[in-house]
Amino acid sequence: MILKIENLDLYYGDAQALDRVSLQVGDGELVAIVGANGAGKSSLIRAIAGIEKPRGGRVSFRGETITGLSSYVICNRGIGQVAEGRQIFPSLTVQENLEMGALLPRARDKLREQMGKVYEFFPRLAERRNQVAGTLSGGEQQMLAIGRCLMGQPDLIMFDEPSLGLAPALVQELFRAIRELNQRGHPIILVEQNVAVSLKLANRAYVLENGRIVMSGTGTELLNDDRVRSAYLGVEQSAAH
Amino acid sequence: MIKLLLAGVPRTGLLMLAILLALFVALPFFVSDYLVTVLFLILYFAFVGQAWNIMMGFAGQLSLGHALYVGLGAYAAAALYVHFGISPWIGLWASMGISAVAGAIIGFLAFRFGVGGVYFAILTIAFAEFARIGFDHFTWVDGSSGFFLPVANYTENDLWNLRGSTRMFYYLMLGMTVAALLACHALLRSRAGYYWLAIRESPEAAQALGINIFKYKMYAVVLSAAMTSLAGVIFAFFYNNLFPEQIFHISRSIELILAPIIGGVGTLAGPLVGAFLLTALAEGLREVMLQLGVDVPGVKQVFYGICLLLVVMFLPDGVWPPLSKLLGLDRKTPDREG
Repeated sequence: MILKIENLDLYYGDAQALDRVSLQVGDGELVAIVGANGAGKSSLIRAIAGIEKPRGGRVSFRGETITGLSSYVICNRGIGQVAEGRQIFPSLTVQENLEMGALLPRARDKLREQMGKVYEFFPRLAERRNQVAGTLSGGEQQMLAIGRCLMGQPDLIMFDEPSLGLAPALVQELFRAIRELNQRGHPIILVEQNVAVSLKLANRAYVLENGRIVMSGTGTELLNDDRVRSAYLGVEQSAAH
Repeated sequence: MIKLLLAGVPRTGLLMLAILLALFVALPFFVSDYLVTVLFLILYFAFVGQAWNIMMGFAGQLSLGHALYVGLGAYAAAALYVHFGISPWIGLWASMGISAVAGAIIGFLAFRFGVGGVYFAILTIAFAEFARIGFDHFTWVDGSSGFFLPVANYTENDLWNLRGSTRMFYYLMLGMTVAALLACHALLRSRAGYYWLAIRESPEAAQALGINIFKYKMYAVVLSAAMTSLAGVIFAFFYNNLFPEQIFHISRSIELILAPIIGGVGTLAGPLVGAFLLTALAEGLREVMLQLGVDVPGVKQVFYGICLLLVVMFLPDGVWPPLSKLLGLDRKTPDREG
């Protein structure tokens, strides 16, 4: 068990964003969190990362409680995130962006080595290493965001809507990269609106509705669940079987 | 140490810097007192611009209330000198301390409670205004009637008490400006410099990368405040009179950010280039007007306005970035094209 969340409550002012959310991520697991807009998926990621402070509940990473720790401490423990909307540094070059990813104490010493790995993983980034990041295509920017996250040598990687705004062909490439990272041993939390693909990819998945976990199971189980099919996959219940 | 400070500066740039420095050192021997004052002003604005640039240019936090730190620095050192005979060289530590604390309070309030962007800028204005009104009623430093340092005809420069000629102040300011330039150069290449860059470019991404953005924003504010207050100390001892209505006034806050904006926000040479352009041209304009027998008050302000307008319209990055490219000093270009 690498990550365990128990009864997490998060509020924005009086509005409750997460309501007693409990979930687990096992070693090497790829866990998808699906749900509609505003269901609390991004809030969950931000609460795990320490960017939002939960009002109640507990997050433990490798058996240690990390609830309430600052985001930079949590990052340095080994939880990396690829934030929503490809938050790259547009005026820096690809290489400089990657260097920025290795500012964490845990990653500083192995900057060159890790950069080699990232370039090997995304050869496209190596080709563009001196290009200013703002001029990259959307897909390349997403690769850069992932590469930069890898520079911080995370164990667990959280993806927040990585496919947002990408062309279909690029989405496939992206999911291939995510799966490959998982196969290389990174446990992954994947938050996606693209429910069909993320459930196919995931070992296990949770469905989040109005800040609550309403369903969980293996990816295949949820893919075949009538409620999931009608609510998220646009398949009529009657037509399902 | 020196090697570290000069690392990454292209050789032609070093040569030009050396020539420029030699020119600044030599000029007072050849020009009138009036021109030395103009040169002093250029350096003064370059220095405070550099200090402001740490916050805005490096860390991306817009302050429109930097007059606060100039004023606090000026009043602290002047009051210690007048009331207790304490040398400004000792008083400046009090100045820096007080300004740093003021900066820390503003920073804490803003960054802890998520006050960002224009709201942060308004907060900085509010504090400067608060100080202006507060000092108007602060009788220990004579309130709104103004605080005066003793002036006499000095036959010799007294560097320890900062009593002396314009030329003494000029060389002091030159030293400070060079030190500020070197310090900022080193800062940009330090870890804090990279953290600031990340925060300025994208606070969201910086946070996702595990940067303690609260801490590094606080560093920027405190450092900028303390450095700005040093200019305040010089201001107090150079002009010998302090009025809350002037020194804390928002027009002062605006005046001191013009140089880095026109020169190029976030660049090292920007504040110096901007200060030179603004001050030299504004004084030149005044001189021309005098020669022509036209005496229109406010010419300088109109001129500042036109400069700002032109820069915003035609050189949105400031004068320095395109100028450095022209001079072949832009070391990022070949890298990025390669």
